[in-house]
Amino acid sequence: MATVKTTLGRRSFLKSSVLAGGGMMLSFSWFAGCEIPNRKEAATIEMPEEWFELNSYIKIGDNGVVTLFNPNPEFGQNVKTSMPMILADELDVDWKNVIVEQANFYPKRYDRQFTGGSQSIRQGWNILRTAGATAKRMLVTAAAQHWQVPVNEVTAKAGILYHTATNKEISYGEIASLAAIQPIPEEVELKEIKDFKIIGTSKKNVAGTEIVTGKPMFGIDYQAEGMLIAMIIHPPAFGMKLKKFDATKAKSMPGIKDVFKIDTLKSDYARNYFDTTTFTELITVVGNSTWEVMQAKKEVVVDWEQAPEHTFQMDARGNKIAINVPAGLESTTVHQTKMNQYNKKPGNILRKDGDPEKAFKNAAKILERTYSAPFLAHNTMEPVNCFANVSAEKAELYGPIQAPEFIIGTLSERLKLPKDKIQINLARMGGGFGLRAYGHHMIEAAVISQEMKAPIKMVYTREDDMSYGIYRPSYTATYKAAMDENNNLIAFHVKAGGIPESPLAPNRFPAGAIENYLAEAWEIPSNITIGAFRAPRSNFIAGAEQSFLDELAEELGKDPIEFRLELLERAKNNPVGENNDYDPERYAGVIKLVKSKSNWDEINDKSRGFSAYFCHNTYVAQVLDLEIENDKPKVNNVYAAVDCGIVVNKDAAKNMGEGAIIDGIGNSLYGEQTFKDGAPQKLNFDRYQLIRMSEAPKSIEVHFVENEHSPTGMGEPLFPPIFAAMANALYRATGQRHYQQPFIIEKKIIG
Amino acid sequence: MATYNLKINGKDQQVDVSASTPLLWVLRDHFQLVGTKFGCGIAQCGACTIHIEGIAVRSCQLPVSAVGEQKITTIEGLSENGDHPVQKAWIEHDVPQCGYCQAGQIMSATSLLNQNPNPSDIEIDEAMNGNICRCGTYTRIKKAIKTAANSK
Repeated sequence: MATVKTTLGRRSFLKSSVLAGGGMMLSFSWFAGCEIPNRKEAATIEMPEEWFELNSYIKIGDNGVVTLFNPNPEFGQNVKTSMPMILADELDVDWKNVIVEQANFYPKRYDRQFTGGSQSIRQGWNILRTAGATAKRMLVTAAAQHWQVPVNEVTAKAGILYHTATNKEISYGEIASLAAIQPIPEEVELKEIKDFKIIGTSKKNVAGTEIVTGKPMFGIDYQAEGMLIAMIIHPPAFGMKLKKFDATKAKSMPGIKDVFKIDTLKSDYARNYFDTTTFTELITVVGNSTWEVMQAKKEVVVDWEQAPEHTFQMDARGNKIAINVPAGLESTTVHQTKMNQYNKKPGNILRKDGDPEKAFKNAAKILERTYSAPFLAHNTMEPVNCFANVSAEKAELYGPIQAPEFIIGTLSERLKLPKDKIQINLARMGGGFGLRAYGHHMIEAAVISQEMKAPIKMVYTREDDMSYGIYRPSYTATYKAAMDENNNLIAFHVKAGGIPESPLAPNRFPAGAIENYLAEAWEIPSNITIGAFRAPRSNFIAGAEQSFLDELAEELGKDPIEFRLELLERAKNNPVGENNDYDPERYAGVIKLVKSKSNWDEINDKSRGFSAYFCHNTYVAQVLDLEIENDKPKVNNVYAAVDCGIVVNKDAAKNMGEGAIIDGIGNSLYGEQTFKDGAPQKLNFDRYQLIRMSEAPKSIEVHFVENEHSPTGMGEPLFPPIFAAMANALYRATGQRHYQQPFIIEKKIIG
Repeated sequence: MATYNLKINGKDQQVDVSASTPLLWVLRDHFQLVGTKFGCGIAQCGACTIHIEGIAVRSCQLPVSAVGEQKITTIEGLSENGDHPVQKAWIEHDVPQCGYCQAGQIMSATSLLNQNPNPSDIEIDEAMNGNICRCGTYTRIKKAIKTAANSK
């Protein structure tokens, strides 16, 4: 058993320890004050008469019902089920008696409330285990006190405490009042992995019933007494800004309360990384109902003008730096030309092993290929929205947000309200994919509410949403491999850049496996805003790298899987360079697992593509089988092998994996946002093609490597490699290599 | 503005709105039936799918004035206790991720099964292709539809 200090997750005890010290009964003002109407998930669970708080994650009712609080924002990755499973296992309760509630943003009580980077489970693991084990320890101590027996003679199982010697037992509910006033133990023992009873099983989504019955749960569903609806009008193109507008007609339309300009961020405000705000000057239309506001919005006559080059202040961990925003109206065709030019020039060298220049100069043969990908819009199904109710004293917000901790300071500054007077309540998000890490919509809603002195719900139309920016950047990468006269790989060169950032991670595979290695990066500034998009940077570079390795294996006359395993063997036994950002053994482990699960060696008659990648702390290998039907690729089976350490919620983890694979297949074939004179060309799903059911694989198998490593995330890692599995399978089916995403637009696919 | 008498989930309801107002916004803004979702506003994503006389319709493109006497069913009225075979199958297969599109998916699926109790894979694809799931739960949706078909 591992013993851990309870200083981990210390914030969760803030209230309990104070109260316990004061010897007072616990009060639950916080729960009452911040709760969005309590929607009891399991209608069959009987509510207790009284709750006792053990810490900020756990309260136990006098009848033994347990409420567990999910700290992190939920956008479909199922943390609302999986994080409480970790608490419940260490607490040793029966999952049947558990109610899960979404915690609101409350930094004094929770250590980490950020959903992103596939980090919720990884970074929550020890905190949640400690919180569960600590509460259990307090229950055990209370029972020992009650029975007047030594603490180490009391055992707990599924919500019941036992003293076997005297044949006594008592439920958590019965002892909860005494447990809640126990001092916080300084150390607690965590379970051994073999003793987990809930972790590693499959528990159904705790919000499942609410979802299938259409209960209000999203920001856009929120209603409040006297609430008005607001929409915004933003410039139609990047590089444009508001000149003037005439809202005479719009204001006279039925149901319209007002039309006015808002400034979301003051020009001298030092922004943080998540303050990405494409347009800080917006027009807002406020009225009684959504449809009325939508109609009035069309009647606002606006003059736009080109924005000059300008700078804004960025607070980069305490250092204020000026960020330049170039002027100009950019177009995709120009982007492509520019990227090709930059890609031919020397870049910034990020890593160099051996003597790559010499190796390339002496090479008998060089393979060189260039890959590119367009900007992508997140296209969460729930359009950007937020509810805000701002008064002179306080602000209440409810909406989709992945990173409330990064917007609270900006809200405080903009609204001129102290942080503790701003309550951010966490709505379930209708998709996130990185978009909701950026809280511009919370500022917009709050500013509109402050101006209107009324509660408002701000909603973007799909067109407003798709043309707002915060896109996945556009990228280009050129790979080169040198071979000697015996057709041995002797050097490897990657040069990758993008608008406005490079996707390169120079220490990732195959760095460390090749004697002579060079990685270079470049960047082209732009006024198109970008942001995190499911597996940032990896979501392009994995596909490029793994497509190139497939072509290189063929050039070397090797099986694509054996080729990777050989390289990983080298990286394991005799690694080149330092800071290699992967564990070659775990990397090879997923490759071997997918090889076996897909019957790679036995099945040779299919058009199958292989790919593997390590990012966001999780290893993934994939095999994708497809056939061409009516000149369109039809994906039959996808096999994925994953090493994310201990799997907390097995079926939910598979669901995530399946979704990431389908998302990646769709984006590889269709995904792109294009620009003409600064204006995004795709504004809705009639032109922006997303994958639909008929194009989804017939079957997806997600297999996990079984080990006892602490868990890592599942939200992102299965997304990046599938682009190459798709490209490599397409090559086997058609004889054509694919270098430019989206593949369906790059070239006609003919079987 | 005009008054419309609507039959929503078995109840007679009255609303005073302009004739062009899509049924989606009448349901969401005026009757707080927010299970029907706004996704695109141009009948491309299916998030707003409801039933008119048991048939799947995109409510974002249906003006309130065109509904007349026809019976409207939303996700909230699909079953009394969330126990319609399609809803149960969704739970059995743990289909949802974010959940935003799922009401629309369920309404399209139930409409399909009302008309075709044993659809083939291709028939499921055809009926469901108008409903986008950005999280990519399509393989589970298809399994759930088959489970629901077999449970009838």
